[in-house]
Amino acid sequence: MTAPLLSVRDLHVTFGLDEGSVRAVDGVSFDVLPGQVVGIVGESGCGKSVTMRSILQLVDEPGQIKKGEILYRMRAANGQGESVIDLTKLAKRGAQMRAIRGAEIALIPQEPMAAFSPVHTVGDQIIEAIQLHHRQWRPDGSGLSRAEAREIVVDLFRDVGISMPEQRVDAYSWQLSGGLRQRAMIAMALSCKPRLLIADEPTTAIDVTTQAQVLALLRELQRKYGTAIIFITHDLGVIAQMANSVVVMYLGRVAEQGPVDAIFHAPKHPYTRALLRSIPSIVGQTQVALPTIAGTLPHPFNRPSGCPYHPRCDERKGPECAARVPSLEPVDQGQSVSCFLHHDSSDTQ
Amino acid sequence: MTASHSVDSRQPLLQIRDLRKFFPITAGVFNKTVGHVRAVDDVSFDVFEGETLGLVGESGCGKTTTSRCILRAVDPTSGQILFRRKNDEIVDLAKLTRDELQPLRAEIQMIFQDPFGSLNPRMTLFDNVGEPLLVNGMTNRSERTDRVADLLKLVGLRPEFMHRFPHAFSGGQRQRIGIARALSTNPRLVVADEPVSALDVSVQAQVLNLLLELQSRLGLTFLFVAHDLSVVRHISDRVAVMYVGQLVELAPTKTLFSRPRHPYTSALMRAVPVPDPRIPVGEVTLKGEVPSPANPPSGCYFHPRCRFATDRCKVETPALREPSPGHFVRCHFADELDLTTAF
Repeated sequence: MTAPLLSVRDLHVTFGLDEGSVRAVDGVSFDVLPGQVVGIVGESGCGKSVTMRSILQLVDEPGQIKKGEILYRMRAANGQGESVIDLTKLAKRGAQMRAIRGAEIALIPQEPMAAFSPVHTVGDQIIEAIQLHHRQWRPDGSGLSRAEAREIVVDLFRDVGISMPEQRVDAYSWQLSGGLRQRAMIAMALSCKPRLLIADEPTTAIDVTTQAQVLALLRELQRKYGTAIIFITHDLGVIAQMANSVVVMYLGRVAEQGPVDAIFHAPKHPYTRALLRSIPSIVGQTQVALPTIAGTLPHPFNRPSGCPYHPRCDERKGPECAARVPSLEPVDQGQSVSCFLHHDSSDTQ
Repeated sequence: MTASHSVDSRQPLLQIRDLRKFFPITAGVFNKTVGHVRAVDDVSFDVFEGETLGLVGESGCGKTTTSRCILRAVDPTSGQILFRRKNDEIVDLAKLTRDELQPLRAEIQMIFQDPFGSLNPRMTLFDNVGEPLLVNGMTNRSERTDRVADLLKLVGLRPEFMHRFPHAFSGGQRQRIGIARALSTNPRLVVADEPVSALDVSVQAQVLNLLLELQSRLGLTFLFVAHDLSVVRHISDRVAVMYVGQLVELAPTKTLFSRPRHPYTSALMRAVPVPDPRIPVGEVTLKGEVPSPANPPSGCYFHPRCRFATDRCKVETPALREPSPGHFVRCHFADELDLTTAF
């Protein structure tokens, strides 16, 4: 088995507020293999974005990583060999972390309108990143001139399917349509040859037809460069198309994870099953009541005891669901689930 | 030809005829009009009493402007919006003045997309939901309290919540409050503009179920504007597809999804990701960008992106016709193309 590129182990992130502390991420573990697409699904407030921000050490105050490791297999500075480093140990604003952001791990944010500065051309913003991480293009450290970096941007724009790349480099983000802006964002994320790409709902703000084009582009680039992708979305259709493996999150914990086919065709956790049932399908019966998940997401200050899903669960096993927190245990070929229906191990809290 | 004929024997509640809404583009010191954004360009369709008509299309296709014209949130440039009132009197909403519209407002209500932006954060639920009642003459406070309590129960919220403020509620609950407010005046037509697109999937299912239930209980008519085809397919009796300000296809839901006749409709459906990893990812059939409604292409607006376009499509604008009863399409080759989808 290949060693994982990124390995998140028992991550806990809490936000200390005046009213008490919120456990946004409460013991999350998953692996990302090189060149693989991991889909992360979950509803608002499940901790998926905070987990991703933790990887890049971008969690803002009062958020704090309380516990856990984020192990990243990093290329050595001279390009020879690899070493495993724990990202949680690095200083947020330190040189090492800044060298990782963009160059090793890049982010495609959700809202491309808000992600680009409106007062600089998109080309300038990408050129800046390339010049900053020039070693990704010139490992000997000789640096890149502005004109050379600009050439790279034009090539990248052509790669991501932006027509008239020479002109578009000098455009401002507000002069581009939603689809073009998202493509420019992808070009920016790829500009420093990252090995891991975190795509945080990259297609939520755009139309289905544009979404289909962007997804096809990401698949093609992923094949071409072998970049590993963590794909966050709430759209299960997108996950089914993109991911090799899926992590289902609920209230800051991993409910279930496994290969994409197992998650869609043999889901084991009651939450995954309920989530899959609740989406209107483009092939199913129409105008009938959809099965829903009972109740609402609990308030963050009011976390249920035991399994976080037990008050809404329709397959609850018994009193142990409210008493103990089920741990994430492997149950099948690469599939792990945290539910007492499948095993009896619990986490100590 | 307009989309008025139908096999449906129900009476139309709303008849839209040749609706146009052009926004002027101005330039220079004197704001001279240099062109027009043809946001809605010759749209005609009917909404029958008790049905849900889904209106779909990409951003900028004019679906929201169409729905706003019906509510007269924007004033149409030309065309008719014929609405049949409770007493069977037919009025043209497009021609009425503000004062004349006032009594009609109670009969046509709207559910908004953003549950966070559409409720006044400084007003309690009682004031938010009760304001339409006050405006429509229910000045007695205790009467209004009873009505708001009933409405909250109707949408699945506890009447005790009445004196809380919107910030205390989740997105799904807020959308329920918005629905309660829309229903407060006993409307007959409810225009819902993307009512579930801001919600999580599990909450989305709850709100869709609520809308279906309310429709059968209260006999409501919905104009359901959305971009999510699986949601539209789930809730609608008939679906209308818009492209660059024009209606390109309208048909009963089942027919439209199993046998679309317009190449755009079929491409739109193929673009929807199917939540099943065993279904192979289809080829991207729709490339390029939606043209600007300020400067639409010649002939058929869809021809630059259409796989089947011929020379005729570049010059001749197709009219909306009805190749089979109740199925309207704006394409020269609707009868010849085989666009059967997997659905």
